[in-house]
Amino acid sequence: MSGSAVPGQFMATLEETEAQSGPRRMVLNMGPQHPSTHGVLRLLIELDGEIITKCDPDIGYLHTGIEKEFEVKNYQQSVTLTDRVDYLAPLSNNLGYVLAVEKLLELEIPPQAQWMRVMLTELTRLNSHLVWLGTHALDIGAMSVFLYCFREREEILRIFEMFSGQRMMTSYFRIGGLALEPPRGWQQRVKKFIDVFPSRVDEYEELLTNNRIWIGRTRGVGLIPLEDMLDLGVTGPMLRAAGLKVDARKDRPYSSYDKFDFVVPTRTENDVYARYQVRIEEMRQSTRIIQQAMEGMPSGPWKAADQHVVLPDREKMKTQMEALIYHFKIVTEGFRVPAGEVYQVIESPRGELGYYVVSDGTARPLRVHMRTPSFGNLQAVPKMVAGVLIADVIASIGSMDFVLGDTDR
Amino acid sequence: MIPDNLREYAVALAVDAFDGEAITGGKHEFGEWTLEVAPSKIVSVCGFLKYDQKFVRLSTVTAVDRYPAEPRFELVYHLYSIEGNQWLRLKCRTHATDPVIESVTSVWRSANWYEREVFDLFGIRFVNHPDLRRIMMPEGWEGYPLRKDYPVTGSRV
Repeated sequence: MSGSAVPGQFMATLEETEAQSGPRRMVLNMGPQHPSTHGVLRLLIELDGEIITKCDPDIGYLHTGIEKEFEVKNYQQSVTLTDRVDYLAPLSNNLGYVLAVEKLLELEIPPQAQWMRVMLTELTRLNSHLVWLGTHALDIGAMSVFLYCFREREEILRIFEMFSGQRMMTSYFRIGGLALEPPRGWQQRVKKFIDVFPSRVDEYEELLTNNRIWIGRTRGVGLIPLEDMLDLGVTGPMLRAAGLKVDARKDRPYSSYDKFDFVVPTRTENDVYARYQVRIEEMRQSTRIIQQAMEGMPSGPWKAADQHVVLPDREKMKTQMEALIYHFKIVTEGFRVPAGEVYQVIESPRGELGYYVVSDGTARPLRVHMRTPSFGNLQAVPKMVAGVLIADVIASIGSMDFVLGDTDR
Repeated sequence: MIPDNLREYAVALAVDAFDGEAITGGKHEFGEWTLEVAPSKIVSVCGFLKYDQKFVRLSTVTAVDRYPAEPRFELVYHLYSIEGNQWLRLKCRTHATDPVIESVTSVWRSANWYEREVFDLFGIRFVNHPDLRRIMMPEGWEGYPLRKDYPVTGSRV
């Protein structure tokens, strides 16, 4: 391990490390372009043989200044920014943001829009968990699971496309309701998916749950005490796999979640395998919620009645002068939101997603801050991997299910 | 002494009993409680809230730039008590020239990255922070992007 053979800054770090702690220690630079980090995350790992002694995550490669961008767009335009934060759960981000602004506006959202939001955010949860399961299994070496997961994910994306015209960056939830009227025939499409999906989850389980290699790679791996997780800002399935029953959908229900019957799954083992079990069970519970939303979908309007905020129907614009004026005003100037501040927390597939919106009474927000689950979760990586084998790093960070767009914003 | 509008809030009364000079104001809006805390008391108040009032989780630390008002920066902390299932927002104001406040990393370790982000994007310094360096922007970046006087478009000079 001679530092002079390979020139460059990185080797200088290695030499420094050797000078400090003897020749056994070495620094490994994992990322920023590493297939297992699912985005651009760089981990600086200090090794003693195969044991990790220190880990320092380096983030910010995907920082796009979205929070700054909010301040120059009007409230409705900003919905499109929220999609791009967590690109695997765009509708969850739409929901958090529109709920926050609606709270400031004190808007009443009609039941159909609320139920539709629940149904689609749960489909988003399935979408996100499927990508997680597929890539996580791929990282650990179970290649075929990926193909199975993406088969179902494709159908979810087609449903999104049917609703919004977009597969990923849907922006389907708007302040005041939905962007478009739900398309004709959506019930059959969703029903077809929901009918077959539980058996597909069984298929994934057949591939993994009793698979000896899978168990060997995940049982007892990625342990981190619950107290440390709470102190380090970890939320979501990670906490539930450690036995803590926290879920914003149950604790502080939003968008009519209190009208749905579902269970918040928990495990106590607190390892990678337990997180896998929690997410599998969450998929089954989400299916139940979608089923209930679909069967009990209320009829009636799908957007709020406030003409200052919600765009008028096309038909009204052709017949009523006033509707045309409101349309012009909303499109050109946006709408004013009363001064105040709210913090709206929802349960995204990754954990606690908070939108802090501050209004100064104008048509553009003074400040929007996103408390993203990936940012909080990632902070626990150094604690989680300290003292474990380098081979377990991939399984451990995979079980956190972070998205780097969500981390860096 | 706490303002009259906070008297019905048990947590505010408890904080007031703990330190009579800590709370400088507050409000109850949209079902959310906000307490304004004297900047010099932030660490002791947070410690009290965590260990005595069971606000075990610090959800986020962020800032709002109230330019051109003075004190310019408003630091915002969101706390959550799992046991009581309640949220609490704390606020502190700092001045435009050399904005500085004490770090709460000694109370919650999660504040480490949250405060680094505020330092990076607003240029507010946190005293006693274990690792205060930029987190989102590259090292050596000039300026603080989320300040109101930082342009949204244009090339770097």
